[in-house]
Amino acid sequence: MIYWELFLGFFEVGCFSFGGAYSSIPLIRDVVLAYGWLNDDMITYMIAVSESTPGPIMVNLATYVGSNQAGLIGAAIATFAVVLPAFIIILLITALLKTALENKYIQSVLNGLIPCIIGIILATACYMIINNVVTITTGITFNIQAIIISAILISISFGSRTLRKKSISPIFLIIISAFLGIMVF
Amino acid sequence: MKLLLNLFLTFFKIGLFTFGGGYAMIPIIEQTCVEKNRWITHDEMMNLTVIAESTPGPIAINCATYVGYKQKGFTGALISTLGMILPSFIIIYTISIYFDNFLEIMIIAKAFKGIKIAVGVLILDVVTKMINKMPKKPVPLIIMFASFLTMLLINIFAWNFSSISLLLIAAAINLVIFLVKDNSKSKGGAAK
Repeated sequence: MIYWELFLGFFEVGCFSFGGAYSSIPLIRDVVLAYGWLNDDMITYMIAVSESTPGPIMVNLATYVGSNQAGLIGAAIATFAVVLPAFIIILLITALLKTALENKYIQSVLNGLIPCIIGIILATACYMIINNVVTITTGITFNIQAIIISAILISISFGSRTLRKKSISPIFLIIISAFLGIMVF
Repeated sequence: MKLLLNLFLTFFKIGLFTFGGGYAMIPIIEQTCVEKNRWITHDEMMNLTVIAESTPGPIAINCATYVGYKQKGFTGALISTLGMILPSFIIIYTISIYFDNFLEIMIIAKAFKGIKIAVGVLILDVVTKMINKMPKKPVPLIIMFASFLTMLLINIFAWNFSSISLLLIAAAINLVIFLVKDNSKSKGGAAK
């Protein structure tokens, strides 16, 4: 049943998205592709929409996938499920287990989780970039337009980091990429 | 009742006006919950940021739940968290209804082909910052590199292996390494 699947899928994501907003992206991609809820392009579009609208990225993605699959109730269930683990854990820590996070075993589990999720996010970013630029079906085809746009965006992003000592705002980069897309494709 | 309404409205506003999620929200939460309303102290806020880093889920939700609980127990936590989520929920739900039709417009479809490329670049930007902040010790670096390679292969060959299993394996390996070290340390201590 779709409601139960949505709950389970997003509850899992909510339990494992350690390390900030971006950690949920590979996990949600994984769950959404595994259940066949959206294709790769649609997920990527929605990540961009989630970045450009207010609110936490994983809440936005959960709401979208839920609504896309099962309307308003689906949206409510997916959003509820993605937030539930965080809600329960914070309640437990503040009410009962004030020192749980200082426990050395819990610390060592966390110290294993964080580098792993960083590796996963890095792989996802690299895969997304490569996937736009190269298509491997029968042979290898390079997508020239995508290579040009990728090169421009990467230069802007890293240029901003080195020159301004600050990351470029996601919304600004998304607007630039939209203009480039309209011009080049 | 007035406090509950105030909590709800405050977090609703925070949810409505913070783009991009994550750490972008911290200064705003600090300003409204610590300076303006004095719901929590500055030290609590600092502590909360550390807790949020070690627990799953969006940091904004963690903050809303914590502040709500401190002010009005479980009901407070529920109302604050609900207030925080509701703006995104309404906005994204509305977008989801029209999004497919929207994408059929030629110029929008082209724009999104460009936007698709930006998403990978944005994630790369954030993750390189996370790598910079990571402790540069052998075990975490090896875990990171191994999970990077595995995940890349999973993606390229469309293997049926979830990233969550990968996380569980990494956590287990690190715990075992810790237990072995801890054990040999305590043995060493006993020998003295």
